Amino acid sequence: MNRSEAFVALLRDTGFDFFTGVPDSTFQPLLAEFASRPELGYVTAVSENVAVGIATGAYLGGKRPVIFMQNSGLALAMNALGSLAAIYRIPILLIVGWRGHDGSDSPEHKLIGAATPALLDSLRLPYFVPDRDSLPSDVARAAQTLDAQQMPCALVCRPGVVC
Amino acid sequence: MRRADAIAAVLARLGDELVVAANGWISRETCQASDRDANFYMLGSMGLAAPVALGLALTRPERRAVVFDGDGNLLMTLGTLAMIGDLQPPNFFHIVFDNEVYGSTGGQRAASAHIALDALARAAGYVDVRRAVTEAELDVAVDAMLAGIGPSFLLVKVEAEANGRAPRVPHEPDVIARRIRAAVGAA
Repeated sequence: MNRSEAFVALLRDTGFDFFTGVPDSTFQPLLAEFASRPELGYVTAVSENVAVGIATGAYLGGKRPVIFMQNSGLALAMNALGSLAAIYRIPILLIVGWRGHDGSDSPEHKLIGAATPALLDSLRLPYFVPDRDSLPSDVARAAQTLDAQQMPCALVCRPGVVC
Repeated sequence: MRRADAIAAVLARLGDELVVAANGWISRETCQASDRDANFYMLGSMGLAAPVALGLALTRPERRAVVFDGDGNLLMTLGTLAMIGDLQPPNFFHIVFDNEVYGSTGGQRAASAHIALDALARAAGYVDVRRAVTEAELDVAVDAMLAGIGPSFLLVKVEAEANGRAPRVPHEPDVIARRIRAAVGAA
């Protein structure tokens, strides 16, 4: 089993059963895995705020949703997270690719990269920053946090952590 | 046609459909006309009524999802039209109450004054596209749309009004979510 297959299996074993998002190069092999398995029903959203809307609808329909996005898209989705998912108490796992995490990325990622933890803090959304070894335990902690707090929870993933 | 009358007329023709109502006057007037458990009222998040309904339609294929959208709302996330045309959810019914202005913020002009949203929906791949200007046309269009297979789009031209009259939605947002989850058997 390659790392992308293993991560999909981890998410499904943890109970997640609806997947949407906007492509991010951080997750390229993982997105190829979703593309090769249409039975997983991955929905490509046109923007990250739209993905929050779709995931909210999926939760209302009884699913446990996951959104994959880049941190630039987290910035775009702030209003959807704050005025929809958080206040309606919608538990969504956000898997956020963290471009610009160490300040050495291309110019468009530097400010948003540095601001990413503060964006989540500002909406009081819980999050974890896994490394490769802690990824399984952090997925489990995120799932427990979703159940306990009934609002979005993020895994902020540096390139190479997930796949 | 007044928007509140159009919304009430559509609700009167619905059965157990799930309704996602856009933020602003559309949610207020929907709640005032018929406060069903299967209604989901957007309190904020302009532009996301159709995405929420899409998530419901995809996860509940046995139920029909109806969006009460506004023209300004749809324009904000116009890319959603392409997603719906691409995914072809047969249980997705998109009704846009088009007053050609941003009515909840004071009536500022919207691009829908000159851009035909139904033509955009047709180009995006909706299989059933209709337009209603009078209440008689609306009744016929709603019945015909719901008798068919989606994704469907119904543009309802309504008057721009200076002020709506419906009160705010009285429910807390978490209660709105719990109600519709119970209505679909998810809670």
